[in-house]
Amino acid sequence: MSDISRRTFVKIGTAAGAGLTLGIAQNAILPGDVPTDAAFAPNPFLRIDTDGSIKVIVDRAEMGQGVATALPQLLAEELDAPWEQVSFEFAPAHSAYGMFGMQVTGGSTSVVQSWEPLREAGATARWMLREAAAQRWGVEADQVRMQDGRAIGGNGSELTYGELATAAALLNVPKNVPLKDPADFRLIGKSLPRLDIPLKTTGEAVFGIDAGPSDTRVAVVARSPVFGGSVRSFDPTPALAVSGVDEVVELESGVAVVASVAAGYVAAKAGRDALVVEWDEGPDSELDDAEIFRRFAAAQDDGRSVRDDGDVDTAFAEGVAPIQATYQAPYLAHATMEPMNCTAWVRDGRCTVWTGTQFPNGPGIVGGGARQVAAKAAGVGADDTEVHATFLGGGFGRRAERDYVSETAELAGKIDGPVKVIWAREDDMQHDFYRPASHHEIEAVLDADGMPEGWRHRIATQSILKHMVPGWVPEFAENLAASRDPTTTEGASNQPYHVPNINVTYAKVDLPIPVGFWRSVGHTHTAFVVESFIDELAHATGRDPYEYRRELLEAHPRHLAVLDAVAEASDWGSPVPEGRARGIAVVESFGSYVAEVAEVSIEDGRPRVHKVWCAIDCGVVVNPAIVRSQMESGIVYGLTAALYGEINIERGRVVQSNFHDYQMLRMNEAPEVEVLLTPSGDAPGGVGEPGTPPIIPAVTNAIFVLTGERVRKLPIRLG
Amino acid sequence: MPKFTLNGEARDVNVPGANPLLWVLRESLGLTGTKFGCGIGQCGACTVLLNGQPIRSCSFPVSGAEGAEITTIEGLSPDGGHPVQQAWVEEQVPQCGYCQSGQIMSAVALLATSERPTDADIDTAMSGNVCRCGTYGAIRRAIHRAAELQTDPGARRVPTRESSTGGGDIGGDR
Repeated sequence: MSDISRRTFVKIGTAAGAGLTLGIAQNAILPGDVPTDAAFAPNPFLRIDTDGSIKVIVDRAEMGQGVATALPQLLAEELDAPWEQVSFEFAPAHSAYGMFGMQVTGGSTSVVQSWEPLREAGATARWMLREAAAQRWGVEADQVRMQDGRAIGGNGSELTYGELATAAALLNVPKNVPLKDPADFRLIGKSLPRLDIPLKTTGEAVFGIDAGPSDTRVAVVARSPVFGGSVRSFDPTPALAVSGVDEVVELESGVAVVASVAAGYVAAKAGRDALVVEWDEGPDSELDDAEIFRRFAAAQDDGRSVRDDGDVDTAFAEGVAPIQATYQAPYLAHATMEPMNCTAWVRDGRCTVWTGTQFPNGPGIVGGGARQVAAKAAGVGADDTEVHATFLGGGFGRRAERDYVSETAELAGKIDGPVKVIWAREDDMQHDFYRPASHHEIEAVLDADGMPEGWRHRIATQSILKHMVPGWVPEFAENLAASRDPTTTEGASNQPYHVPNINVTYAKVDLPIPVGFWRSVGHTHTAFVVESFIDELAHATGRDPYEYRRELLEAHPRHLAVLDAVAEASDWGSPVPEGRARGIAVVESFGSYVAEVAEVSIEDGRPRVHKVWCAIDCGVVVNPAIVRSQMESGIVYGLTAALYGEINIERGRVVQSNFHDYQMLRMNEAPEVEVLLTPSGDAPGGVGEPGTPPIIPAVTNAIFVLTGERVRKLPIRLG
Repeated sequence: MPKFTLNGEARDVNVPGANPLLWVLRESLGLTGTKFGCGIGQCGACTVLLNGQPIRSCSFPVSGAEGAEITTIEGLSPDGGHPVQQAWVEEQVPQCGYCQSGQIMSAVALLATSERPTDADIDTAMSGNVCRCGTYGAIRRAIHRAAELQTDPGARRVPTRESSTGGGDIGGDR
């Protein structure tokens, strides 16, 4: 929050782009020149107008996880704002937002990273409004009480924030304004209704696919079916013969078929399907799952150590009868309900983008966000590029990629007028950045009491980090970073169970399959392996899996607390209905601790999950209802992967294409979920992802009790 | 040139009769509340009502709507006040929200034929609608709530912005 004079000229870009740059007098100038015409805007996150409206600028993507409510809640708390006057608006792509110039929504960090800045933004504005009231009344500020959007003087006189906005804007922005004692919170910790929900029950919420100028044409792109392939040649004639198709344009990523405004998606898709492209399939046109897993297994011995406690070799040499297991997990698609899409318009040296993105803005040194990649692809400057944020019809990590933005901006730079590239579901499923498949070899030796003395976990998979490293990094440095890829080894390298001798290695295997962040990232597979294997050890020693975990987690009170909470809620150890069994798992991820118990039966040869108990310690709960819904959401997401999720590779391409062969959990299979909130900290942890990791092992551990067979390969296939 | 009634208004459109109704609604008629999800009738995001029956508009040719009454999410109520919409707000159902127009339309169709649907009725009627955010439990609660609102309008409570849902204080339990 810097102290800058508030009467100056700022650049203002108009939305649908008359493309004018106007110099207009502003009452408020924000750090980084974020334009506003609000009466009082002491920082980039808040605008108060003379009518009393209070708008919080949300610099994270709303993809269902509730940031458009939770972030305003933080600011409104310290502002003493009346919640019914608070609304939100998405931030533009701008360096004033996010962390260190990175405007990213990912890693369950939105509330974690906004916890202090947004409360400070609210407290600072409140201080200024109080000062303005004090000056108006000619009293000291401490004579003024602030409550529900009003300043109240000692004699009972009142001024609203709206009435004070103009005067407050003339004051210098103070620094280091103290924050409230949490005991005085009246909004934080309450299940305030989500601000975005009314819009999402009437069809009014604008997603990327709904955005853009009314004269936008639609394009559908043919991309190489084989990863790493490229266009050798193509014949546009059959596409152009489709009624409504305007033009066919070659792009870096493939060939775009553009239809007229009137003909729209149907013609563009028919044109794309009619297009004849000869692909250079590249060197990987014979790659398949068997070969991929063969390479993983072959690479195991070349792994680099990512954790080495004690002397694991001696522990195994001296131990007897090690327990050994091999686990495997497949590639997974994100399958957001809204397929990838983006709208762009390039004209007069400017580029305007409308899209749902988890990464609108970022410095070039990391490859840039949507704004920077669009500018580059369109051949204009980043300062001449604006990104209009929309709601995201699901993100889960997929919309942290910028491929769909870059491609659209490139096309927009080559044709006249605005264009929207819409991905068919098949395009979305076959050109994702997948959760990497992985191969795990894990073994333990036990002491005389049955507790693990040595633990060796070897992981082989692709590196997500490698793909995120920008092009300017030399290959050796890239490989060095990727070889210890924490986004791949998290949950394994820091597994919490007490074992004196632990070695965890990671063998990075390079493959042409694009991989990326998928809700809970490395924990999606490491939690499955670690929480299954600890269960194996418990059963091997005849211990109760809950009690066995407890003994090994003595040094981890937050793990223990959620484990105990979920055991108590599920009445762990009590008789289970006939034909059912329960499994348990506990995982820390993204700063939160989650334990889950799943009650499972087998019906018609398939697992059926009846009920899930979930206890979460996310430090501080900002909005209990949102935390609960995120746990339910993460559980359904993980359960879908456990029961169905599998992307197969054959002949260098993805086999699955749509929801008929990449199935989703549906209403008739959704378990009842009971969530317990057991916060224990003084700062929040994440909630978007941590519900996902424990559910898969909780279910597979229950299946072991039912069948005596250990599920070591996903998705779950019985018999 | 198919003619039909859309949300109570007569419309005719100049598109090939084989074109899916979804894109006619979204692109020709500008009603973008109905969503594209899969294009093959597998996910339900595009659900609208044809003479009160739920159809997957992504795979329904517009010629099939000839003479019919089509209702989309925009036509349910002028102000979000339909009992199903009301229940969706009360139960705080949507997360990303993309599938919810389709979910709501399927729920409206269910409640038109079943005054008090059972959980089994809900499974049958709603399993064609995928929600990737996993709002199924909330949808189930909201359908039961909408059934109450529909049969007993006196049960309707106007939710205020301050009203809390699903418990209150830090650490509160459901």
